[in-house]
Amino acid sequence: MKVEQISVFLENKSGSLADVTEVMARAGINIRALSLADTTDFGILRLIVNDPEETTAVLKKNGFTVGKTEVIAIEVPDRPGGMARILTAIKGRGIDVEYMYAFVQVSRKNAIIIFRFDDLDKAIAALQAEGVKILTGEEVQAL
Amino acid sequence: MLWDEEFETLPREALEALQLKRLKNLVERVYTAVPHYRNKMDEAGVKPTDIKSLADTAKLPFTTKSDLRDNYPFGLFAVPFSRVVRIHASSGTTGKPTVVGYTKRDIDSWAELMARTMAGGGAHQGDVVHNAYGYGLFTGGLGAHYGAERIGAAVIPISGGNSKRQIMIMQDFGSTVLTCTPSYALNLADVMKEMGVDPASLKLRVGLFGAEPWSERMRTEIEKRLSIDAVDIYGLSEVMGPGVAAECIEQKHGLHVFEDHFLPEIIDPDTGKVLPLGEKGELVFTTLAKEAFPVIRYRTRDISRLITESCSCGRTFYRMERVTGRTDDMLIIRGVNVFPSQIEHLLMNIEGVEPHYQIIVDRKQSLDIVEVHVEVSERIFSDEVKVLENLGRKIEREMKDVLLTSCKVKLVGPKTIERSEGKAKRVIDKRKL
Repeated sequence: MKVEQISVFLENKSGSLADVTEVMARAGINIRALSLADTTDFGILRLIVNDPEETTAVLKKNGFTVGKTEVIAIEVPDRPGGMARILTAIKGRGIDVEYMYAFVQVSRKNAIIIFRFDDLDKAIAALQAEGVKILTGEEVQAL
Repeated sequence: MLWDEEFETLPREALEALQLKRLKNLVERVYTAVPHYRNKMDEAGVKPTDIKSLADTAKLPFTTKSDLRDNYPFGLFAVPFSRVVRIHASSGTTGKPTVVGYTKRDIDSWAELMARTMAGGGAHQGDVVHNAYGYGLFTGGLGAHYGAERIGAAVIPISGGNSKRQIMIMQDFGSTVLTCTPSYALNLADVMKEMGVDPASLKLRVGLFGAEPWSERMRTEIEKRLSIDAVDIYGLSEVMGPGVAAECIEQKHGLHVFEDHFLPEIIDPDTGKVLPLGEKGELVFTTLAKEAFPVIRYRTRDISRLITESCSCGRTFYRMERVTGRTDDMLIIRGVNVFPSQIEHLLMNIEGVEPHYQIIVDRKQSLDIVEVHVEVSERIFSDEVKVLENLGRKIEREMKDVLLTSCKVKLVGPKTIERSEGKAKRVIDKRKL
């Protein structure tokens, strides 16, 4: 149910995002989804990729600080209210969203939202109880 | 102006006789009262009775900052603790400060020495001394305070910070003498300009500046921008605090060392050999009259030379040239002594922080600013912004305890801090004095 996300520390200077993506391109890694959290001083690039192990290895080898985090990927109907339903399922259960980002697949009817909750297991249980579709790691990597 | 004419103008011969008498007494005293000095003298094979001339000082072992650390906090005190009436401290090379103590008589001598400093710089009874040195464990604030009171001036114990309020008080109280670090004096000039206050409209006449290295260029700038005479004063807490040496306003060229209280030597910092008079090297002081915390041949790490020519002010004391540098890596940031090792020690104690850091010191608007770059290792990295931001803030908070002033922490990528032969360059000092 959980998906492995790679995070990379980026200094806030021009070209640092390009440096990461170039390394990944050379290694033939495909990015499924990404988000960039930025502050005035630094950024955190979060990535869902087709091969997390290889990505981690190749980025580390090239001198980046890399972290791994588990997130969940939820398939949401691409229509009004899709997102609200998910957040309503979580609300009031003492679960907090640390961050989230969404992407829409052209080939699919539904949007996919990546969530990082403070308590993943509790969130999974709550969402499943509401019948929300949670994608597996394999499903996301194969997108 | 002379404060203590008798001592300040003692003929050299009489001065040296007094120094020798006091030196013999001091050596006898510390040998009896302080195990550390007795052990070191025994190791060096020197007995108090071997001190027969001032030149015999060279037989005595040096005292260093690490000796002070090893005897933390009160191990080098030479009187029963019940006789100590004041404790001050300055930064040590690691987390622990360097502690010094004063008896009632020491405080009295210190006030006298600072009165000489004040008078030498042209301050007198009736002056309003605006004392912007920091009050507290740092010796600057209270040292200048006691000296100003001793000459009969009115002291404004304003301490550092809040420049706009300082300027308002200067205007309203009619401050005539400014005591602070030279960089803070320039900052006050900057703020006056911002506020539209014309320094010439103030009653300020003279400034006594010390606690950090400065230059003739800075003197010219301060004098021009504040319309005052700027005088250099010198001291360090291990020896006394301010009041070890000071310029006279007549010459403003070299600082008269109060030699009846402090015996200066200039040594080669590498070999420890005493250099001939007039040569440049590391300043070493032996306190001749202190009771609670005497020091034998304390290595200041400050680089200077002694000027032996007589001075038009009438003082017979030799002058030390303005300090031009240090033999160690100590930084002086807004008057506070900071060792890179202290910062390293602090960072190492924060979980996950690796010792890959760099301290960048710069001066903006005449004030020192510090930025600490810390490489983000996997152990501290997080996918959450708040975790990294909290870490940065935590380091900033802890740094403030060491620097006594705010700094900015910048998290940087791994291996981005330049390493030369495996050893990173820890400090980049961009300040131009």
